[in-house]
Amino acid sequence: MIGFENVRKEYPGGTLAVEDFSLEIASHESVVLVGTSGSGKTTLMRMINRMVDPTSGRITIDGDDVASLDPVRLRRSVGYVMQASGLLPHRTVLDNITTVPVLRGISKRDARTRAHELMETVGLEAALAVRYPAQLSGGQQQRVGVARGLAADPNILLMDEPFGAVDPIVRGELQQELMHLQRDLKKTIVFVTHDIDEAFLIGDRVVILRPGCVVAQIGTPQEILADPADDFVASFVGADRGTRSLHVERVDGRDIVVDADGRAAGVLTAHAAARSGPAGETPS
Amino acid sequence: MTGNPFLQALAWLAEAAHWSGPSGIPMRTLEHLGYTALGVFVAALIAVPLGLLVGHTGVGKSVAIASAGAARALPTLGLVTLFALLLGIGLTAPLLAFVVLAVPSLLAGAYSAVESADPATVDAARAQGMTEWQILTKVEIPLGVPLIVGGFRGATVQVVATAMLAAYVGNGGLGRYIFLGLTSQDYPQMIAGSLLVIALALLLDLALLLLQRVTAPRGAKTA
Repeated sequence: MIGFENVRKEYPGGTLAVEDFSLEIASHESVVLVGTSGSGKTTLMRMINRMVDPTSGRITIDGDDVASLDPVRLRRSVGYVMQASGLLPHRTVLDNITTVPVLRGISKRDARTRAHELMETVGLEAALAVRYPAQLSGGQQQRVGVARGLAADPNILLMDEPFGAVDPIVRGELQQELMHLQRDLKKTIVFVTHDIDEAFLIGDRVVILRPGCVVAQIGTPQEILADPADDFVASFVGADRGTRSLHVERVDGRDIVVDADGRAAGVLTAHAAARSGPAGETPS
Repeated sequence: MTGNPFLQALAWLAEAAHWSGPSGIPMRTLEHLGYTALGVFVAALIAVPLGLLVGHTGVGKSVAIASAGAARALPTLGLVTLFALLLGIGLTAPLLAFVVLAVPSLLAGAYSAVESADPATVDAARAQGMTEWQILTKVEIPLGVPLIVGGFRGATVQVVATAMLAAYVGNGGLGRYIFLGLTSQDYPQMIAGSLLVIALALLLDLALLLLQRVTAPRGAKTA
């Protein structure tokens, strides 16, 4: 469990990144922090592993104030997957994945065995183990980044716009695979993005942030779509533009879901109503 | 003395008698290399850790750059003379001057090596749980080795080209031929000495250039 209690972050020079933020994240839950650039969402996430220390307020992990934990040990126990992968360019894929386990004192052999398993888990061919990051595609680099984040089997996984630098098709694949992974691994995931569709896809709960890290709305994707807290949220999720308002038209005896522009988005099936996916998601 | 002094210098170099004994070319070259190595080594002991520290922490950055620039501007012959007046004839005075000469290149090399590491890579290493020391030794230094070697290259070439000043205050090295030739107006010998210094400087420059290439980290795009 991760707790934010009245967290405030002010940078020297007076820039206010986070004004007053509180949130509880349950174990095994995936929470997505979403907002425009400058909303302080990354700052917020980096407070969990003490890459940023709050000016005031507390961040707790399972009740322990992170300020009382050694930052290096804390970071080794929390998985971190970052934008543009952040791999070490002078180390092979395998050595990148084993970085944290080796830092934690696990034997190189065991770490490598585990790294090979992880490569399979995240969908990387074994032959890529000896490659350097510059020899990989953007999507492959991100997969290595995810494998590295999981290598020490952390309970918490922090993901900072991990799929922001890859093309939309690869991004879609990576998102789906992350969801598969999460179904098996049940990590506590804190995921930062500026992409509301990604947020609704990944998040059990979504936190929509205004600039200054002010919470606009917290809720499940369904709750947010069903009842946007205000115009800002409505605009952010696209409800005001009609992109989220789907309606059903009956064609040839089947229910076709159509968006506001009249484009067919999918077919309504008998189980559709029982599905728990967000409304923006349509069965395909 | 008649004829072309350059041809006479080549003839001087070709003379077998000049290639043996304690004042022969091999011995003088070894002395010359020894002074250079000692000067660069002592300078490196000071400048490399300092450069790495400044590069990693960013503390004292402007002071380091300014003092390195000032050190570059000092005339080495003046320094040798000054130190010799203070410390007497011997190796200490020229060695000190060589250290002053070598420090700026080494400092700049070490500093820029660390500075050149991609901030995103360093941030990632820190976020994975590397200590500051591990970031320096496992990320910043391996990625910056070619620049550190580049600092050694600059320092070595400068010192080897200046090490003839050791002979000015009574030491050996290839400078002996130059100052001996100067005082006895033996220009062929003087030119021969200069040619040897130039050849040595070019050879060392080439060797360190190759080392720079070899030490470039695999996988990383070379800077």
